[in-house]
Amino acid sequence: MTQSSSKFLISVCVMVALVALPFFADMLGQPALTSLATRVLIYGIAAASLNFVLGFGGMVSFGHAAFFGVGGYVVGILYQHYASGEPLFGFLPGTNQLLVTLPAAVLISGAVAAVIGALSLRTSGVQFIMITLAFAQMLFFFFVSLKAYGGDDGLIIRRANEVPGLNMRDKQTIYYVCLVAAIVFFALLSKLVNSRFGYVIAGLRQSEQRMAAIGLSAYRYKLVAFVISGMGAGLAGALMANFMRFASPDMLHWTKSGELMVMVILGGVGTVFGPLIGAGTFIVLESLLASWTENWQLGLGLILLFVVLYTQGGVQALLERVFGRRS
Amino acid sequence: MTLFLEQVLNGLQLGVMLFLMAAGLTLIFGIMGIINLAHGSIYMIGAYAGTYVAMETGVYYAGIPAALAAAALTGSAMEFLVVRRLYKRDHLDQVLATFALILISNQAITLLFGRQPLFIGMPEALNSSVELLPGLFYSSYRLAIIAMGLLVALGLYLVINRTRIGMLVRAGSTNRDMVRALGVDIRLLYTIVFGLGALLAGLAGFMAGPILAVQVGMGEQILITTFVVVVIGGVGSIRGAFFASLIIGVFDTMLRAYLPGLLRQVMAGSEADALGAGLSSMGIYLLMALVLLIRPKGLFPAHS
Repeated sequence: MTQSSSKFLISVCVMVALVALPFFADMLGQPALTSLATRVLIYGIAAASLNFVLGFGGMVSFGHAAFFGVGGYVVGILYQHYASGEPLFGFLPGTNQLLVTLPAAVLISGAVAAVIGALSLRTSGVQFIMITLAFAQMLFFFFVSLKAYGGDDGLIIRRANEVPGLNMRDKQTIYYVCLVAAIVFFALLSKLVNSRFGYVIAGLRQSEQRMAAIGLSAYRYKLVAFVISGMGAGLAGALMANFMRFASPDMLHWTKSGELMVMVILGGVGTVFGPLIGAGTFIVLESLLASWTENWQLGLGLILLFVVLYTQGGVQALLERVFGRRS
Repeated sequence: MTLFLEQVLNGLQLGVMLFLMAAGLTLIFGIMGIINLAHGSIYMIGAYAGTYVAMETGVYYAGIPAALAAAALTGSAMEFLVVRRLYKRDHLDQVLATFALILISNQAITLLFGRQPLFIGMPEALNSSVELLPGLFYSSYRLAIIAMGLLVALGLYLVINRTRIGMLVRAGSTNRDMVRALGVDIRLLYTIVFGLGALLAGLAGFMAGPILAVQVGMGEQILITTFVVVVIGGVGSIRGAFFASLIIGVFDTMLRAYLPGLLRQVMAGSEADALGAGLSSMGIYLLMALVLLIRPKGLFPAHS
């Protein structure tokens, strides 16, 4: 079998499994599995967005939780204004329509990413890591002090956003909505990675000077990539706010940025679907460890240390090595 | 006026604490090329070890050697077991490995000491205030911290500019490979630098004990502020770290002290307090953004 046809077969199998998952979960009497899978999909989108700048572009952003949180807050704030009937800033009506809130969340987190990226990309390397972390922390404090929207306690969204014709109070429906969002997102992402733009971004990772010599402006390309990545994280945040029916400063906490990076490295840096596998591994690991001991962070830390020090390329590379598949 | 001077002193006190952290962090990055997130964990471990010993023995000063020893031990264990494998890796691996170290140390401390924060009083001799100017009373403990911080800064200055080790450190931060090529045992130099950074962090952690609560997560709080200092000062520059620490310390303290009051003149009291608190915790990051706009490499770039 050729490489591409086996890849196609695998993706069809994965797709069927993902579509059928809620039925199996119900059949096995484990409806919690559907919730787990929803979280994997959402974090998979966020981690894959991060991976676009981190793995493909070589920009180690330690502040992606900021965009994730902004996406969540857009949903929360629009819902609060919808519920209270008071327009936002005095003229923008709130809404609970998913088809409005998702694009709004994507656009606004993109705008935030544009501002943070424009400043942060003036530096590189270790400064870039520290600066993205610091800006994310700044937004964290911003939302903590935003008393009108819950401040420290966060913002409760009484009902998930509505989609005409769907019953969004049902967890399975939310799973399918997230699945559709994930499919669209990953399809766009793999198109982007294999486009001219994607090649430029990968080229910038290898050598900025070479790209400059060709006559490409590194800063502009990196900024656009950063904005796209922020939009993806914002989409994930908006989905998460709908799934949890809650948006809080915790979504922007710096450990969340760290967790997203962990997912990326668990799944394999610089691959399109790796972060999804990484998100799955991370979330399953987290819930297993948490059900086993309350000191799960210790186990997680040790596993992470082992993965970083001794495996190159994360779980995906490990699987490939075990099954002897060469890419 | 006395209140203003008191706030300046508070700012200086925060500044020298930040300097103790930033000096180590910036040296470790400048010379070893390592971004060490676990620097805050060493601070926390120093604080816990020192405070625990001081509480058990009842002698505050017994905490100092304990904090330094614990920080040195933790630091060398980290360097030997983990950091040493990261020199040749990219920043991503360094971030993740040291992030793992944070998770491990936070959980280990929780296992050892529980979730309750430790509280310790100031030492007897320093638990008073001094009249600096007529009408200006100031806590002698905080004054002692400022003095200690300035002493350490002076000591670092002398070591780095006047000794052979310091010469190697300077050379290492300018051109690592050249130093190695000249036959210097770079590994030993790395260990010394990392150990020095750990000692300073441990000292800072212990001194912070009586002012802040000693609790899990205290390390990350100061770590992120320290990052801002390092970025503003210029990565790898001790001089930059010193001035940036003082600037950030005073700036942050002033905002927290005066911003809510200023806002209260233009809006309702409770709103002003909330907005003031929020804006003042964002202040140092906005300052960092401003510095970056004007000087992307920081105020005192190390490799100019």
